[in-house]
Amino acid sequence: MRSSSSIGLKIAAGMGLLFLHFPLLIILLYAFTSEDKTYKFPPPGLTLKWFAIAASRNDIWEALFLSVKVAAAATLIALVLGTMVAAALYRSSFFGKDSITLLLILPIALPGILTGLALLTSITRAGLDPGFLTIVVGHATFCIVVVFNNVVARLRRMSYSQIEASMDLGADALQTFRYVVLPNIATALLAGGMLAFALSFDEVIVTTFTAGKEETLPIWFLSELFRPRDRPVTNVVAIFVIAVTLLPILLSQRLTQSFEEMHGGGK
Amino acid sequence: MQNAVELKNVSCVFGTVHAVDHISLEVLAGEFFSLLGPSGSGKTTCLRLIAGFERPSSGSIVLLGKDAASLPPYAREVNTVFQDYALFPHMSVLDNVAYALMVRGIGRLERHRRALELLEMVKLRGMEKRRPAELSGGQRQRVALARALVNKPRILLLDEPLGALDLKLREEMQIELKSLQRQLGITFVYVTHDQSEALSMSDRVAVFNRGRIEQLDSPKKLYEYPETEFVARFVGSANVLAGKELGLDGGKFAIRPERIRIEPGRISGTNSLVGRLIDVHFLGSQTRYEVTLVNNSTIRMTVVAPAGGEAGLEAGSEVTLTWNPGSLRKLREGEA
Repeated sequence: MRSSSSIGLKIAAGMGLLFLHFPLLIILLYAFTSEDKTYKFPPPGLTLKWFAIAASRNDIWEALFLSVKVAAAATLIALVLGTMVAAALYRSSFFGKDSITLLLILPIALPGILTGLALLTSITRAGLDPGFLTIVVGHATFCIVVVFNNVVARLRRMSYSQIEASMDLGADALQTFRYVVLPNIATALLAGGMLAFALSFDEVIVTTFTAGKEETLPIWFLSELFRPRDRPVTNVVAIFVIAVTLLPILLSQRLTQSFEEMHGGGK
Repeated sequence: MQNAVELKNVSCVFGTVHAVDHISLEVLAGEFFSLLGPSGSGKTTCLRLIAGFERPSSGSIVLLGKDAASLPPYAREVNTVFQDYALFPHMSVLDNVAYALMVRGIGRLERHRRALELLEMVKLRGMEKRRPAELSGGQRQRVALARALVNKPRILLLDEPLGALDLKLREEMQIELKSLQRQLGITFVYVTHDQSEALSMSDRVAVFNRGRIEQLDSPKKLYEYPETEFVARFVGSANVLAGKELGLDGGKFAIRPERIRIEPGRISGTNSLVGRLIDVHFLGSQTRYEVTLVNNSTIRMTVVAPAGGEAGLEAGSEVTLTWNPGSLRKLREGEA
C-alpha cells in the first residue's frame, strides 16, 4: 500500500517538475532551430549559426557587460553593508530591534514596482540622472537582504565564546574579525554574495524605473520582444543567462551544505 | 608576595540584577583558588570580570599589582579555559594552540615549536593536524588548556572546564589539572558548581550565593566550620537545627551527618534527641539513615554511619541520636 502511494507522489512530483521546466527546454531547443520566425514543432532543422550571430552583436555585449558590472557593484555594497548590519543586530537586543530587522528585510518582500517607483521619485527629486549608479543603488536594496539573512544565520550558530577566546588570547578586534569571524562566515558571505549576484543579474522591475536610457540584459530581452529580429538569438542569450545564474546558486547551496557537515549540523 | 588578583567592592549590575554584589577577594600568587556556587550565584560573572569580558559597575580590579578595571581582555595577562572550550573549528589543533603567538606576530617556526611543546605537555602529540570536530570531549578540553597556556600567563582562569566530561574522565582531569598547576606554579582561578571538585583541588574556596561571597576559606575549614546555613548545606550535607530544639540558646546550628551516632531504642541523656527512623539507604561503604524527631516530626535528620552497624535499625523503629557537643557549629544569621 505504502509503495503505491509513493508512486503516485512520484508522478505528481514529476509532473510538477515538468511544468516548471518544460518552458526552459523549449527555449533550449529553439536556440538551435534553423527557422527564425515561428516556433514550429518540430524545428525544421538544427543549426549553431545563432550563436555566431549573437556573439557578433554589440548591443548584446554592451547589455551583458552592464549587467555584470551592476551585479558586481550591488553585490559588493551588499556584502559590506549586510555583514555590518548582521554583526550589529545578531547579539544585541534593544528597543526597536525587530522593527529595524523588518525594515531591512522589507525591500525583498515589497513588490519591486513600489521599490522602483519610490527610488525613481527620490532620484528625480534629488536631481540625479538615472543611470549606472542608480541601478546599482536600486539593486543593492534587495541584495543587502540576502547577504544579511545568510550572515546573521551563520553568526547566530557560531558560539560567541570563540570571539571572547580570541580577545582573551591577545587578538584585538580587527585580528579577531580577520582570523575568527571571517573564516566562520566566509561560506555564508560567498553564498549570500552569489545569490545577490544572481538576483541582480536578472532583475527587471526595479531596473526599469532606475535605468534611464541604460539597457541591462533583462531589459534588452524585453525590448527584443517588441522588435523581433533573429528571434533564436534571444534564446541563445537566454541559455547563457540560465548558465550564469544557475551556477552560483548551485555553488552557494553546496557551500552551505559543506559548512553544515563540518560543524556536524549541531550547535 | 604580590597578590595575583584583587577585587575590591566590585559590583556588576545587568539591568536590575546584581550579578555580583560588592565582592572583595584576594587571590594569592600561585594559589589554586575556586569560586564555588550554584548557577546564577555570580561566580562566572566574577571570573568574566577578571578576564575582562564584563566591566564592573563599581569597584576596583587589580591584576598582578596593575589596575585592570578598564583594560580590554587582550591587554590582560590572564588567559581563560572556556566551559564550551571555544576552540576555533576552522583551524587545526596546532593552529588553535599557536593562535596567541600568531596574533603577537611570532614567526611560524617558533610558534609551531612552542605549540608542539604544549601539546606534548597535555599528551596530545600526534593530534596537531586534526580539526577540533575530530577530537573527543576530553581531547578538546586538553587543546583548550594548551591554547590558554601557550602565552605563559601568570593567571589561568577556568570556567567549569570539566563540566562536559563524564565522571571518570573528570576525576582523572582533576588530578592532572592539580599537578599541572603545581608544576607550572601559576595561579588558577577555577569556577565550579561541584563542591567535591572544589574541595579536592583548591587551596582556598570562595562560596558564592546570590552575587555575594558567603564564606572564603580553605576546603577543610569550609567543611569543618561552615559559617552560614547556605555553606553548611552546599558544601557537603548538613543537618541544620534551631537552637531551641537542642535546648541551646537562639540561632541555628549545623552538624554533619557523619558526626551523629545512631542507636536503637530510647536512651536518655544530654546532647541527644529521640527520633523515628523512616528510611535506610545502603550506600556500600556507608549507610545513610533518615530520621524524623519524635517531638517535632517536621524536622528531618540525616545520619551517615559506616556500614555494618545496621542491627536493630529498621524503618519505623525508634532511635536515639547522640553527638559530641564539639561537633555542633553555630551559624551566622543571614539569608539561607
